Amino acid sequence: MNDSMISIKNVNKIYNNQTTALHDVSLDIKQGEFIALVGMSGGGKSTLLRLIAGLEKPSSGNVTINSTDSKSLMRVMFQEDRLLPWMSVLDNLSFGSKDKNTKAHALELLELVELSDYADHYPTQLSGGQKQRIALARALMTDPKILLLDEPLGALDALTRRKMQDLILDICQKQNLTTILVTHDVEEAARMADRIIVMKNSTNSYEENCPKNRNAGQIGIVADRVLGEILEENELQKQTA
Amino acid sequence: MQKPVTLPITDQKRFHLSINKILPFLIPVIVILFWQVSSTLGWLSSSVLPSPLAVLQDGIKLTASGELPKNLSISLYRATVGLLIGGGIGFILGFINGMSNTFSLLFDSSIQMFRNIPHLALIPLIILWLGINESAKISLVAIGTMFPVYINTFHGIRSVDPDLIEMGKSYELTKRQMFFKIIFPAALPQILVGIRYALGVMWTTLIVAETISASSGIGYMANNAEDFMDMETVVLCIVVYAVLGKISDLVAKSFESLLLEWQHTGRSNA
Ligand SMILES: Nc1ncnc2c1ncn2[C@@H]1O[C@H](COP(=O)(O)OP(=O)(O)OP(=O)(O)O)[C@@H](O)[C@H]1O
Ligand SMILES: [Mg+2]
Repeated sequence: MNDSMISIKNVNKIYNNQTTALHDVSLDIKQGEFIALVGMSGGGKSTLLRLIAGLEKPSSGNVTINSTDSKSLMRVMFQEDRLLPWMSVLDNLSFGSKDKNTKAHALELLELVELSDYADHYPTQLSGGQKQRIALARALMTDPKILLLDEPLGALDALTRRKMQDLILDICQKQNLTTILVTHDVEEAARMADRIIVMKNSTNSYEENCPKNRNAGQIGIVADRVLGEILEENELQKQTA
Repeated sequence: MQKPVTLPITDQKRFHLSINKILPFLIPVIVILFWQVSSTLGWLSSSVLPSPLAVLQDGIKLTASGELPKNLSISLYRATVGLLIGGGIGFILGFINGMSNTFSLLFDSSIQMFRNIPHLALIPLIILWLGINESAKISLVAIGTMFPVYINTFHGIRSVDPDLIEMGKSYELTKRQMFFKIIFPAALPQILVGIRYALGVMWTTLIVAETISASSGIGYMANNAEDFMDMETVVLCIVVYAVLGKISDLVAKSFESLLLEWQHTGRSNA
């Protein structure tokens, strides 16, 4: 009776018995859906991704992934690039695998993130935005079913950012991926997502469904409304403080 | 499309590089010149310190007679074998304790206790057990070099960035891949620090051991020369030790820059 790919039920996450990062989060995400997760810094977005990725256990509640095959199911792109500094860019994508196909695939992805000339560079030789794009390429290496992206484009200029948004959308649509994108940019959320979820007071308090084939005007309206929701939390926090 | 650019090295920079090559040798050269001049002018009696030239002549004489090469090679042999054994054991223990909490709880505090005994204090015991043959010297070097390698391997493995380990887990790396692709390369700089430190310990231990009880080796040569009031050979042995120490440091350094190439790219550090 439940056709969702990811199902989160009454999840709480308390770090070190004191910091409540998530409070009673319940959420169903359908196969192929593109979710944007927005909200103030420290609102529990990264924590939610880590719980879905199975890197952290909930303090209570359940996270269920409904899928038959378990191999290469999920790929996480972390908020920090987490590239291996002792490996070249190319080896970071393939973890040093000498397989011909792996290498060809890695080069293809480098082309897509517009960094073909940097295959032999080490991460320390790259700019922040370049590192981010390499981490994005690495997340796309193994054709996952679920893609979890934690602020993947935060360090990019407007033009490159737009190109990478289109790249992500294109790949997600072609491979019918279930995607969760954490972002601080409400415009980006409104442009890319099927559904926007606002994290407030450590829970998913507001949702916005985005119209299909939206135009710039509709994107602006959705973005404004979402921003209003986020600002409202800020006001509430000020009052209680 | 962005292209990486490399700037040509300017002449000024080249000049700087060659000056940088010369600079470290400046003080040793001045000291030796001053020393030679003092000896020649009689400021420095040869019974206090023989002149550099006299030491050099002594070195040539002992090389020709085969005495220096023979003792040098036996010392090198003891140093290398001792380091390989001690470093090997230190690395394995550091690896096991670094990777497993159970093992580190079991072993680490005992190892730390043992480490606090100055290993040179074991010389009488080791001589009683093993006599004055090769195994005694080699064991002492092994014990001395084991601890720096152990501690640094252990620490290196324990301080790998947990974010990178988590990343490896989420990318479904096998245990083997996790070690060879993430943990070992991350710990390597620290392990190499331990090896460099062990090289220093290796020479000190060997000098002491050979001076106290041996019938061959550079330490023995120095001790023997002392009995005959042969100042030139005593000083020669000291110089040989200094050179050996410098060479092993250079070898370690070049290993480092080879293995840690990634640390030296991209940052234009002075
Ligand atoms: N490993 C941890 N140990 C203890 N507390 C943590 C840990 N990770 C996060 N927290 C706390 O949990 C809360 C939520 O953090 P989280 O990283 O999920 O926020 P976020 O929404 O991703 O923020 P940002 O937008 O700044 O990335 C914060 O108060 C943070 O201090
Ligand atoms: Mg975060």
